Amino acid sequence: MSARKLKVATCSLAGCFGCHMSFLDMDEQIVDLIELIEFDRSPLTDIKTIGACDIGLIEGGLCNDENVHVLQQFRQHCRILVAVGACAINGGVPALRNRFTVQECLEESYLHGVGVVEAQIPADPELPSLLPQVIPIQNVVKVDFFLPGCPPPATAFVEIIQAVRDNREPRLDYPMRRFD
Amino acid sequence: MSETRYVIDPVTRVEGHGKVTLLVNDAGEVTQARLHIVEFRGFEKFIQGRPYWELPLVVQRLCGICPVSHHLAAAKAIDQIAGVTQLSAPALKLRRLMHFAQVLQSHALHFFHLASPDLLFGFQSPEQQRNIVAVIRQHPDIAIQGVRIRKFGQQIIEAISGKRIHGIAALPGSMNAALTLEKIQPFLQGIDTIIASCERTVALVQTLTEQDADFHLDFGYIESPFMGLVGPQGELELYDGNLRVIDSQGQILVDQFPCARYFDLIQEQVKPWSYMKFPFLIQRGTENGWYRVGPLARVNACTRIDTPKAEQARQAFRQHMGAPAHSPLLFHWTRMIEALHCAEAIKLLLEDPDIQSNDLQRSGVKQHTGIGVIEAPRGTLFHHYEIDDEDRVTRANLIVSTTSNNQAMNDTIRKVATQHLDGHSLTPELLNLVEVAIRAYDPCLSCATHAVGTMPLQLQLQTESGALLQQLQRNSDGTITA
Ligand code: SF4
Repeated sequence: MSARKLKVATCSLAGCFGCHMSFLDMDEQIVDLIELIEFDRSPLTDIKTIGACDIGLIEGGLCNDENVHVLQQFRQHCRILVAVGACAINGGVPALRNRFTVQECLEESYLHGVGVVEAQIPADPELPSLLPQVIPIQNVVKVDFFLPGCPPPATAFVEIIQAVRDNREPRLDYPMRRFD
Repeated sequence: MSETRYVIDPVTRVEGHGKVTLLVNDAGEVTQARLHIVEFRGFEKFIQGRPYWELPLVVQRLCGICPVSHHLAAAKAIDQIAGVTQLSAPALKLRRLMHFAQVLQSHALHFFHLASPDLLFGFQSPEQQRNIVAVIRQHPDIAIQGVRIRKFGQQIIEAISGKRIHGIAALPGSMNAALTLEKIQPFLQGIDTIIASCERTVALVQTLTEQDADFHLDFGYIESPFMGLVGPQGELELYDGNLRVIDSQGQILVDQFPCARYFDLIQEQVKPWSYMKFPFLIQRGTENGWYRVGPLARVNACTRIDTPKAEQARQAFRQHMGAPAHSPLLFHWTRMIEALHCAEAIKLLLEDPDIQSNDLQRSGVKQHTGIGVIEAPRGTLFHHYEIDDEDRVTRANLIVSTTSNNQAMNDTIRKVATQHLDGHSLTPELLNLVEVAIRAYDPCLSCATHAVGTMPLQLQLQTESGALLQQLQRNSDGTITA
């Protein structure tokens, strides 16, 4: 085992955070894991911008231009980029909106919603613009590994990290491969 | 007078994606704080045309932190669509068990993984210290306790639904399967330890609060009405019940309000700068009608808690902190009182033979509307669906917990910024404190946009017209640069 800890960054784009929660479902194993890794930018830390990392774990697909920007930063800074979960790999549930236009979706929520007053579609320089379709991350950047599942089990995260540490291919045996 | 805007983007250790703008006038007074929810999913539209029985499965994927709450709120709605007004006792108890496990694990996650670094190390501790890894290193006993409480809740969810996250449990008017004695045994053996851990955590939060009472009580102090579900005797209720609203003095404004008529109680205002709407009590209007939900709201609003240890903790809380208590940091204390209640309630249900019964299915005459309301970990959650004759969803409306706290979060941020903004310049301290304020509400911005994301942080100073004047950013090495 190398003395240097692996730097791991994680983020959730158009995802539900369930993949992050599944990572934490390793329970007490996290105590051993933090001997191997160090978190960089992640919702679990207060680091806001990503530095040079060994592994980037991406949850969620792309639904707005800010997602694209964050993803590109992760690609630039991470030696190994992992698409985690159904949303990153296929778009997942958020991609159900692809049957409709963005405008139709916005109108339903902000103009026609039950009990909506001052109906208007939010528009402000602070709000990123929505992509016409929700797309998987490999449409925009090169992805090194894919962890399927909704969410992938905690064991799969541990295996990916250990594989990178040992400089080998991850062995995602059947129980670690979920297709739900 | 011209206004200056400060932006914090993204905010971390909360579940979701958002940024904050502070509008400051020439005199250096904070005139407005805006928590922008920058993500939009379009759930209300894309669910149209899907068969209604899919709802509990699809809708839980809006939030991986409280998926069970979404699963069960949708389940309650589709029970009604299936014409079932009364579940079988075993099905109801299994759902309640699952939901208590959800609230327990989510409260543990928030307290230990996200908020405890602030409370244990102090609000101005170095950034490298403010995370769960540092808690594991320096307070391993506390951290492991948190990990185990969360694990216990997740394992019960897994036992009932097949998976810890996004399992399958609820069906229209039914539950998928009962528990077996074999599955229940390990939980029966473990539950007393979990109850004891929750008791210790309540005591810990009380100590941390009282050690620095002036700061805790003053920090971001605002007053508001509170909303929550209560049972028939006004007791704290997380799965069922009717709505109660108390005013900022603690007087009951609305009681036993039927959930199915929620649209006669609250409406939602849209503001151009956020995808998150602003719910308000219709009787008080958009300006004054905002209210708070979540642990603090529920503990303030209920008449009692029907498990003994949590009830004792509630009474102690009221004695020390007043009734109702308003300080946002008190969410943490009440969150752990609720965790204790969940643990006690889980024990009672585990001991109940009904959860092993296969009498699970009820049926009825199909209806076209279903409204499911539940107390999710972060507060009252409303799911409203309409379907056509072909069983397809034609309309959906969700009001998630975090949305109900929208105005409160903005006001709390404004208050904190007013208390701590140092003239015209952005300081790292302010940046921290604004995040602490947001985190107290445990906002699930993922839920609020009907999806969760990460919230890194950037603080910007802008003129009213949007020109960038100054920017502060936290880098991965912990340094802060302009
Ligand atoms: S893959 Fe599933 S668990 Fe992961 S972000 Fe998407 S919906 Fe959530």
